Parts: sequence; C-alpha cells; structure tokens
Amino acid sequence: MQDPKLYGHWPYRNRPKVTWPGGKKMAFWVAPNIEFYELHPPKNPHRIPWPRPNPDVVNYAYRDHGNRVGNWRLIESMEKYNIPGTVSLSVAMCDHFPEMIETVNKMGWEFFSHGVYNTRYSYGMDREQERATLQHTMDTIKAATGQQTRGYLAPALTHTVHTIELLAELGFTYSCDLFQDDQPQPLNVPGNPLVSMPYSLEVNDHYAFNVFGQSPQQYTDVLKRQFDTLLEEGGTSGTVMCIPIHAYLVGRAHRAGPFEEILRYADEHKDDIWITKAGDIAGHYLANHYDEARTHIAQSGGSHAA
Amino acid sequence: MPLDPEFMQYPMRRKGMDHDLYPAANMFEQPKVTWPGGKPVALMVTVAVEFFPLTPNDGPFRAAGHMATPFPDYRTFTARDYGNRVAIYRMMDALAAANIPVTAFTSSALIDRTPALIDDIQAAGWEIAAHGRDMNAVHYGGMSAELEQQQIDDCLAAWSARGVTPKGWMSPGRGQSDATLSLLKRAGIEWTADWGNDDMPYAMNDGPIAMPYTDELEDRKCITILGQGENVWARQIIGAADWLASEAEIHGGRILHLALTPYIIAQPFRIKFLRDLLALLAARDDLWGATGSEICSAWHARRNPAG
Repeated sequence: MQDPKLYGHWPYRNRPKVTWPGGKKMAFWVAPNIEFYELHPPKNPHRIPWPRPNPDVVNYAYRDHGNRVGNWRLIESMEKYNIPGTVSLSVAMCDHFPEMIETVNKMGWEFFSHGVYNTRYSYGMDREQERATLQHTMDTIKAATGQQTRGYLAPALTHTVHTIELLAELGFTYSCDLFQDDQPQPLNVPGNPLVSMPYSLEVNDHYAFNVFGQSPQQYTDVLKRQFDTLLEEGGTSGTVMCIPIHAYLVGRAHRAGPFEEILRYADEHKDDIWITKAGDIAGHYLANHYDEARTHIAQSGGSHAA
Repeated sequence: MPLDPEFMQYPMRRKGMDHDLYPAANMFEQPKVTWPGGKPVALMVTVAVEFFPLTPNDGPFRAAGHMATPFPDYRTFTARDYGNRVAIYRMMDALAAANIPVTAFTSSALIDRTPALIDDIQAAGWEIAAHGRDMNAVHYGGMSAELEQQQIDDCLAAWSARGVTPKGWMSPGRGQSDATLSLLKRAGIEWTADWGNDDMPYAMNDGPIAMPYTDELEDRKCITILGQGENVWARQIIGAADWLASEAEIHGGRILHLALTPYIIAQPFRIKFLRDLLALLAARDDLWGATGSEICSAWHARRNPAG
C-alpha cells in the first residue's frame, strides 16, 4: 500500500475561507490525555508495553503520577483561566478513578475515546475486534458521563487500516489520529461525515520533553510561537490550535507554572480566538464548511481526491 | 488471524488501582503535613554511590549507568569508578559548604571495595540508605523468590556487619518484582524511593513507605539523557521549589527530592552549577533540609500522632 487514501491532496493556499463563531480567527482547544497504563498488561504480538518485564515499576509509576497528582494540578490551572478540556480518555479510567471523571464532567469538559487502556494496542485486531472495542469505549463514556462520544485518538496512536472507516461507521464526527493539516477537513470514508481534527505531535508535551528534551520555558515559547503563527494565518482562513498534554509531564512541579503561562496567554487573546472543545469545532465545521470543502478538494485534482 | 481474545479482557479493571500494592489516592486530599519549623518544603538531597561490576548481569535489563560496550568495557567501568574516587569528594565539599543534609543510596559492595569512602561518607554525616549489593543486583518480574531474598539478605547483612542499619532502600535501577515491597518490609526497611508516582510519601499495603522521586529532575535524565544544559537543569529545580512552596501554603508541607549522581554533576566542568544551585537552595528560608529518614519520620508522626 502506497497511500491509505484517507484524504485528497488539498493545498493550504486558496482554500474556501473557514470562519469561526463570532468571527474569531483561530479555534483553540486543550486536550488533556487522562490515561491509565496497566502494571501487568497482556503482551500484544506487535508491541511490548514496557521496556522491562512486568511490573515495570519505574515506567508505571511515572504515568501514575498523573492520576495521583498531575491531573489535579492541571484541573485547577484550567479552571483558573476558564479553559475547558477535551479529554483524550482511556475509558478504563471511568472504573479506576471515577471521581476524576465526574469532576471534569461537571466542569463541562468533553470526553473522546482514547481506547480502553493506553497499554492495549489496536495492532493485530481484526475489523470486528476493533469495531467492538470502539463501540465498547463509546458505551463506557456514555454510561459514565452521559456524553455521546464524537472523537477518537487511537490508544498509544496504534492504528489498523480499518480504524478511520470504522469511526465513520460508528458515528464519530472527528478523528485526532492524522497530522496532515492545521485546519479540519473531510476524510474519505463511506458512511457518516468524518472530520480530521488538528491535534499535534510537534507541540505535544511528550515530544517536547521526552523526545526533543525541551525545558519548561522552551516548551512555553514553542507553544506561543505556534499560537502566534496560527492566529496570524487565521486572519486569512480559520485555523485550529490544539495543545495536547499529559498530566504526568506538564503536571510536574517544575512545569505546572510554565504550562499555566500558555493558558494565561490564550486568555489574554480571547477576543481573537475561539476557546472551545474539539466536538464543537467538528460540529461547526460539519454544519458550515464540510460540503464546500469536499467539492473544493475534488476540484483540486489529486489522483486520490475524494 | 485476529488478536488473542485475552487482549480484549480486563481482569483488573475496577475502582482503584489495577493491583494490590497500594490504594489509589489524590495527593490533594491527604491530611496536611507540617514540617519542623513550619517550613513549606522539605529538601531531600540524595546521592547515588554505586558499584558497577565490569561483567554486567545477564538479567532482563541493565541498571542505568551500567556497562555499554562489549566486554571489557574499561571506559564505562573507570568512568563510573571516577565517581567514587574523585567526583564524590568534590560533591561532599559542595554539600558541606551549603550545610545541606544528605542521604546516600550506597552499594553494599563498596563496604569491602572502598572502605575509606564509607568512612568518609559517615564522617560527613550522610545517612546511608541501602541500594542493593551492586548495580548487577536488580529486581525484576519473573526472578526467583530465592534469588530476590538472597539479594536483599546479602546487602543488609553486609551493612549490619559494618554496624549500619539502613532504614531506606532504593533498588538498583529502581526495579522491583511483585514481591519486592513485602520482602523489604519483612527485612526491616522503612522507606523506599523506587516509586516515583507521588510528590509526597504514602503507605504501601504491605511494604515500606514510598518516598517521592522525580525522574524528571535527575541530573542523569536532564543532562546526560536529554542533553539539557546544566543551567537548564538547575533552573527546573528552582522552578519546582517555587511551585511546591506556593502549593504548600494551601495544601501543607511538600517535598523536593534532588537526586544527584557524582560521576555526572560533580565533573570539573559541571561542579560550578551544583555549587551555585546549592547556594541558592541554602539561602532560602522556605526549605527544610533533611535526610530521607528524617523526612519520612516527620511525615509519619504528622500522619499518625501518638495517642
């Protein structure tokens, strides 16, 4: 397979203009990953969960810090600036830490599916297994929060060639799994309309801290530059900025302050940006821009256009 | 060929943790702790004093810092030995100048290999905490119960013969099996620093108290793994101290664990940054410098008042 043909080529120039509610230039959303990693996960034949044999105490505890400490710090910071989270949820958290899920549900945060556990990978699942697992995550979120799941990010970003079409089949409206753009766009799948939602690897705290080795201050600077550029470009056609975070990284004592600084920065620009949740961005896009975008992409003439 | 159905079953999915080692908890809901003198943050400085055998073990992983090239890895062996001959003395002077208490996670193999170093550590007033026999004596899932018991016994017997009774423990490479905690408790260990999942101590169901540890502030992780500048490392520690001090105003005493490695941060070209950092920490009046056991005792007394 040379190309999964998930979307057509669509140059960033000269697209139909995207407009956000209130004439805002940039849609801004924050994606706290609220995850559970298991101490004794089963072995997936395609990926070993931990570098050491179970129990990998060092790596398990590193993530568990988010649920004992970090998430609570982040919740307070988000509340301070009145910025809602769109939670990338390991749905088993509804069983393990129901108080945390109830707390942020009451605050009006949105939940999207991030699998059952972040140590359960999609690799190797057949279509029916993946479909059943996706449905199970939607059912779990509904039962625990009353919310209809609209979005998906595969657990540990593990996909199969069926993942995207299954999302459309099951009635998801957006996928955070793909990284090809700074604007939402239609995905080429049969069934219900499905939007690719800008998330980000490049400004993801995991990459910032554990891949690129950035200091907390560098991370804040990176986010501000990302913010400034996308806001400027949003003057031409609405952009999306997502800040994907993990409490076990940004919720540490040496990073919580610098992270709060970017929330303060967003609040300072609230007249220009739409501070919102991913499901609302997808909903607005589907209602106002999706059809026009599909037509325009088809006219753009790429060999794999919709 | 579908995935093994076991992969879609979740036997430990339930309220709380997916194991029975400790209960789930929210740090912000724990009883407030007050440190001696009413200081907001306890400063727990620990130093890794480790022996790396030239022939690494053949277990499932090697502890961080262990031999890296094919046998005989003289470069790593001697570079680690540098820590125990030279760098640690530079570090001792820096810590003494700042008058900051220290806890040393010390390989018991050094009792015989470098008795003068053990004398000097004791003369400096550092608390000695157990750190296994050497960096080959790792604990891991799947090891035999006999081997694990023997590793713990060998280590603690060696300290006992030296007249030392360690209260604290850090496993080499901070690895554990499912049995490590209960074995350490039965061996009389009061606290460990293997679990880095909290910023405060907490009680295990059947094991020593877990003291906090922050991988993210280690000199090893910041400087040698992530390649950050020494000033960047130091600034993050000050940032953590500031944040914890402000949190303490609302939530009670906090702990800053500063984990140091002589062969890393006490190199001649790095020692200035350590000295400067320690001077900044020593000058603050919101820190209570104490050993691991002192902090653990103060936490325990505050949580479990007599009567």
